Amino acid sequence: MTKLMSGKNVVVMGVANDRSIAWGVAKSLHTAGANLIFTYRKERSYRKLCDLFSKFEIKPLHILRCDVSDDESIKNTFVEIKQIAGSIHGLVHSIAYAEKDDLQGEYFDTSRPGYLLAHSISSYSLIAVAREAQKIMTHGGSIVTQSYIGAERFVENYNVMGPAKAALEANVRYLADNLGKYNIRVNAVSSGPIRTLLAKGTAGMNGLLRTRAEKAPLRRNVDQNEVGDATLFLLSSLSRGITGEVLHVDAGYHIR
Amino acid sequence: MADTLNRVQRIIVDRLGVDASEVTPEAAVKDDLGADSLDVMDLILELEDEFSMEISDEQAEKINTVGDIVNYIESRS
Repeated sequence: MTKLMSGKNVVVMGVANDRSIAWGVAKSLHTAGANLIFTYRKERSYRKLCDLFSKFEIKPLHILRCDVSDDESIKNTFVEIKQIAGSIHGLVHSIAYAEKDDLQGEYFDTSRPGYLLAHSISSYSLIAVAREAQKIMTHGGSIVTQSYIGAERFVENYNVMGPAKAALEANVRYLADNLGKYNIRVNAVSSGPIRTLLAKGTAGMNGLLRTRAEKAPLRRNVDQNEVGDATLFLLSSLSRGITGEVLHVDAGYHIR
Repeated sequence: MADTLNRVQRIIVDRLGVDASEVTPEAAVKDDLGADSLDVMDLILELEDEFSMEISDEQAEKINTVGDIVNYIESRS
């Protein structure tokens, strides 16, 4: 039986462990029949990935290291992917970073290096990755990144990640226009708060999850699997008329 | 107490990939079991799920040994 993503090669960047949003996306893609290529930065993530592959019986097309703070590393990554897969049809960018000190306390204390680091890893990396990925998206494609409502409005303790995600969402719009002529779509999913490693680094995460679950129209939070399915939709031909969009997968919280 | 220790041990073995025999109450999570700050956050997430409880950021920073974790969980239940 032909599945939604049969024969499609998709690169998934940003699985750190089984709590990662990227892992939720990978599971949805796997179920839909996609060929998966994973990139990781840290050795620990590589080990976690290998554990997860055996646990979920996933046979990835390829696993390779990519440091998105290094343009040369990104370039080499996609050259290698081309050698393995020829072309790709989808890319999942699920990468963000900020220093823990910049995710609590006074916003005006955000340091210049901390600000630039958060923007470099969480926002600029989408441009750098799109630049290399489009070279091997020879049949068109879809790029999906992960954002958060802190991009649009104030969220307690989200601090430097707020402007970093705002810049990421602006990048989605500018890249969508830029790559549209190559039939490459660029979209973002803005998920509700999820208990990931990075989220845990944000002060007051537990309280945030509680109040969100009370206020969201669906009266609950969302999980990695729901974000995975929505991301799968944006990667698949079902969403072929959609680009430059930020899709909220947050149990409706954003209407409040 | 023994039950709590067993459950904590199981989580630490699973998440840190260490041998069960290393996970004694005296073992320091970072210094003896090789956890870095991300591992600690990962452990906290797992412990919160396993014991249906919340571990505050301040409390998390005070955790040093496996015994500290067990004592904290016991004190809250």
